Amino acid sequence: MPAASGGRREGTVDDAAIGWGGLALSLILVGVAVGLSAWQGLRLERDMVWAAGRALVQLLAVGYVLLYIVDDDTPVAFAWAWVVVMLLVASLTARRRAPEVPGITLLTLAATSGSALLSLFVVFGLGVYPMVGRAIVPIAGMMIGNSIGSIVVASRRILGELADRRPEVEARLALGQPWQQASKPFVRSALRTALTSQIESTKAVGLVFLPGAMTGLILAGADPVDAVLVQAAIMYLILGCVATNVVVIGLGLTRRLFTPDHRLVRLARSST
Amino acid sequence: MATPPLFELADVSLEVDGTRILDHVDLTIASGGITVLVGPSGAGKSTLLRLLDRLEVPTSGEVRFRGERVADLDPLTLRRQVGMVFQTPAPFPGTVRDNLLVADPGASADDLVEALRAARLDAAFLDRPADDLSGGEAQRMCLARTLVTRPDVLLMDEPTSALDPDARRRLERTARRLAGDGHDMVWVTHDLEQAGRLADDLVVLVAGRVADEEQRARYLARRDDELDDDDDGVDAGAEDDARTGDARPVDEGTGARGERRPAGGHRG
Repeated sequence: MPAASGGRREGTVDDAAIGWGGLALSLILVGVAVGLSAWQGLRLERDMVWAAGRALVQLLAVGYVLLYIVDDDTPVAFAWAWVVVMLLVASLTARRRAPEVPGITLLTLAATSGSALLSLFVVFGLGVYPMVGRAIVPIAGMMIGNSIGSIVVASRRILGELADRRPEVEARLALGQPWQQASKPFVRSALRTALTSQIESTKAVGLVFLPGAMTGLILAGADPVDAVLVQAAIMYLILGCVATNVVVIGLGLTRRLFTPDHRLVRLARSST
Repeated sequence: MATPPLFELADVSLEVDGTRILDHVDLTIASGGITVLVGPSGAGKSTLLRLLDRLEVPTSGEVRFRGERVADLDPLTLRRQVGMVFQTPAPFPGTVRDNLLVADPGASADDLVEALRAARLDAAFLDRPADDLSGGEAQRMCLARTLVTRPDVLLMDEPTSALDPDARRRLERTARRLAGDGHDMVWVTHDLEQAGRLADDLVVLVAGRVADEEQRARYLARRDDELDDDDDGVDAGAEDDARTGDARPVDEGTGARGERRPAGGHRG
């Protein structure tokens, strides 16, 4: 990790470890949420308890696996295998969130794999971070995780635009335009929407919210300036990664929505 | 050697999600003048028209354009030869000029004015925002946009259904003039009075098939109130407008106006 020269450490990793007691105390807040739900008659108490329990089990499971993967003695291939698992889970997650988008599983897999390869090459190939499991897994996780949302937004927008604007698209096709040209204004609009939210959140960072990596590092006792450098690098990676994903999805999905003889297929309307 | 017909459909069927829209259609559309396809809503008229421009492909059977299988032709070239005007005008963003240039980015100012005039719009329209046009003007602009590609054939999919009676009659006169200038035209409508005004040739479609003589006679003899039942909820307003026009009734025998050329081509 890069270190700012002359940085003063405010604490240690040990200071940030809250232990089982701290975790138990934090459950008070889940209790507050459950109490509020019951008071307001929201009937979400069971869901809240289930979500809190499930998240804990999932995180613990991941934590124990990571304990092994990020160990300096573990071959780095295990970390890459973990990245592959994350890519597969991301594809399935995208399919669950946007089932109406044809071929979204494979498209997401292709897009996230491509963008992950590109960005991980920049990070590790160019030596921004050392290629060790401790760096590979969290960085890939952040990039892939942040990609899912924009992939889902982009694909649903493309589907929605082409379904809603079918008369205009077909008017262009009927003028002899190829599908690439006939769909361009609508795909461009959808991609802009998908990317704009990422750009906006990049702009607001530090002013409106402190992002997770930086918060985690500061809690773990890192110098805030060191934490900022790490966070900034990650943000730039995420931005590049999201842009790559969105464009790959845009091209790939649009291709699937037209036939080779330049007809727009029948489309299910996106629910958004 | 005899000139091949404009379009031929040989045993064409088309199914969408298990529903048969066209059912073993055999039809020949001859070159020259205006061929009108009429029939009740859901008869498959628009689908048949879209097949001619390869915006749809048949589930079975074969479509030919001037003797060549449509499936063997480059779809982009076909669509520039066979222009299509849709039921609802779809203006693109920008001015009328921007719209026309979408059809042919290399078109000269003279080309654009010529296309506008052919669609009976003044050159002053070029700088009007396309979104500000009335329904009739927008439909004419769409016709002009199609004409910029210099098509030989025009497919008109109920182009007047959203227009008021005056705009409707103006567009009909424009169509007649374009046909006189040598554009072959296939015009879809469910308005029998309009069919009577326009048709050089009339094809009746019923339930996805070309009507036989008995069905054809029965359909053409129907009164307006019966037609309203068929078109209920589809274009009731336009149908009302049509009845207020000074249309001449369709000849029940041929379905076409008597002074035009007799029905040509085989009707399957």
